[in-house]
Amino acid sequence: MRIAVLLKQVPDTDEVKLDEEKGTMIREGIGTVINPLDLQAIEAGRQFIEQEGGTLSVFSMGPPQTEESLREAIAMGAHTATLITDRKFGGADTWATARVLSEVLKRNGPYDLILAGEKATDGETGQVGPEVAAMLGIPFSTYVSEIDKKNDGVIVKRTVEDGYETQFLPFPCLLTVLNNLNQPEMPTLSGKIRGHAAKLETVTASDLPIPEGELGLTGSPTRVSKVFYPKIQRKCEMYALSDIRKGIQRIVRELKNRAIL
Amino acid sequence: MEKENRTIPRIMVIGEVRRNTVLPVTFELAGKASELAAKIGGAVDVLLFYDRLDEPVEPIFQAGADRLLFVEDSRLGLFNQEIAVKIGLEALRLYPAQIVLAGATTSGRTVLPAMAALLHTGLTADCTGLDIEPETGLLLQTRPAIGGNVMATIKTPSHRPQMATVRPKTFPKPAPVLRSGLTERLELPEDCFSSRIVPLSYEKVSEDYTNIQDLDVVVTGGKGLKKPENFALLEKAAHLIGGGVGATRPTVEAKWVSYPHQIGLSGKVVSPKFYLAAGVSGAVQHLAGMQTAEFIVAINKDPEAGIFKIADIGLCGDLFEILPELIAALEKEREGGE
Ligand SMILES: Cc1cc2nc3c(=O)[nH]c(=O)nc-3n(C[C@H](O)[C@H](O)[C@H](O)COP(=O)(O)OP(=O)(O)OC[C@H]3O[C@@H](n4cnc5c(N)ncnc54)[C@H](O)[C@@H]3O)c2cc1C
Ligand SMILES: Nc1ncnc2c1ncn2[C@@H]1O[C@H](COP(=O)(O)O)[C@@H](O)[C@H]1O
Repeated sequence: MRIAVLLKQVPDTDEVKLDEEKGTMIREGIGTVINPLDLQAIEAGRQFIEQEGGTLSVFSMGPPQTEESLREAIAMGAHTATLITDRKFGGADTWATARVLSEVLKRNGPYDLILAGEKATDGETGQVGPEVAAMLGIPFSTYVSEIDKKNDGVIVKRTVEDGYETQFLPFPCLLTVLNNLNQPEMPTLSGKIRGHAAKLETVTASDLPIPEGELGLTGSPTRVSKVFYPKIQRKCEMYALSDIRKGIQRIVRELKNRAIL
Repeated sequence: MEKENRTIPRIMVIGEVRRNTVLPVTFELAGKASELAAKIGGAVDVLLFYDRLDEPVEPIFQAGADRLLFVEDSRLGLFNQEIAVKIGLEALRLYPAQIVLAGATTSGRTVLPAMAALLHTGLTADCTGLDIEPETGLLLQTRPAIGGNVMATIKTPSHRPQMATVRPKTFPKPAPVLRSGLTERLELPEDCFSSRIVPLSYEKVSEDYTNIQDLDVVVTGGKGLKKPENFALLEKAAHLIGGGVGATRPTVEAKWVSYPHQIGLSGKVVSPKFYLAAGVSGAVQHLAGMQTAEFIVAINKDPEAGIFKIADIGLCGDLFEILPELIAALEKEREGGE
């Protein structure tokens, strides 16, 4: 089997700091990690290969330091890693990102199975996976929390708002995965050594048959036109200490007024 | 061939029917779309596809639709993203639109990206605000960015259609206006119903599970509850006022409660009549999921907690003392009242 995993390097923090003036993220001093859901994707790929044999290839588009995340993916069990990097890719929105990723997958493929995270912690769009699948013209599924191989495809369980859906998808297909899929293991020492020594493939814009006009910011259909801080404020009636009882009575009255009690 | 000229700009809402009923987000979007349409001198189409619909369609017009485009076919019982994408694209080919909106549900967030990819256009996920830029007539799509710390307004200047998914409960369900509209059944080519994907089954989480998004009262617990067992206190309070239990992300990650209860940026958006938060600090990511509640009560021992900034009533103290007192007061009311 040939499996590809798309991974994104994201800032390693829940407490992202902002430049109050510019509204941009302060990146200095903040480490980077593989997007957590992409770890699940790598682990799912690794388990497949363990059972079925084959190769596991990881791909990431980003600045040169994305190399670290690709080496970590090799430490976790990937066989090959491709760094997709070029200044011309900068500022890409999800469409322009998917455009590049799908061309790289065509170039290096075909793959039986492509795995991606359901969404990334920084952009949180969850659009790149389905967009790549559509551009490749292959069936895809999202919100996947279980994968079973079945003949020439997979049976997946999707976690939706009020329940679960099961679907069969034939190979080749793309799946975006959720965090309850599996428990990724931390790389072993020998894995780390392998990651460190691995030779990565680098792909730049000139390797791909994409017109300049479809790359990066220029090629992005969307534009950020404004960034602002949400101001949410209500006037809060505060009750403390011996006033708490009064506060509770106030709540009871409010519930009655609203016909809830 | 296109079925009409493009003189009037049209907004298409891709609605959703699940288990034979129209999801509330469809009405919310029809209402918002009609506001937007008024600003561009346009009209609103709502697209629905299903195998069976057990309710009248008039409320769709009353919410703001000018026309209902529907596809009824026995093969549309279980969700199939490949078929949904084909239907969406075919509907847009027949009825071109300037703007396409769908709910940021698991379905909408699956179907719209694939459509946008093939239409070579932009798509903004999880919008919390939509408007029209007066000078250009462009759709302004506002969404939380950088983990909800800031809001970004995004435009699609030169690609069409302009596409967005909108989180359920972001916009209010519009008050019904007495009006009607056109209904057109789409006759689609057979190919629209062929798919490589085979949907096998659907299973509900559990029979007694109600989506907290559909409730008037939500009682949420955060890390301040200290232990999973203490969620029982919340359940008791919620039960007394006919509400459901919500949770913050760390309590879900600690497996105190399951994910369907999570409220916030990476959970659900709720907009109940009454929201109570106990032991919740009020991080922006949590506020993103509940700030539109009509009335908010917060219990926290830290007077500086951010949650108080958006609460109507704040009880500052130990929740382990306050919650039992509140529960006792509610119980007393229920006994006295009935
Ligand atoms: C990209 C991203 C997405 C996120 N999505 C979400 C999301 O969807 N939902 C979400 O909730 N969070 C989300 N978060 C996390 C969010 O930033 C906060 O970490 C989280 O909301 C805090 O949860 P909490 O209020 O339960 O815990 P804490 O911040 O630990 O707050 C606990 C509160 O309880 C109070 N307390 C403690 N003991 C008592 C007591 N005895 N009596 C009264 N009060 C007490 C404390 O004063 C404190 O204010 C997200 C973060 C990121 C970066
Ligand atoms: N630059 C990128 N390089 C490789 N994969 C990506 C990139 N951006 C997004 N992805 C993949 O798409 C998923 C969803 O990301 P997003 O659409 O940004 O929320 C991620 O979990 C990755 O699997």
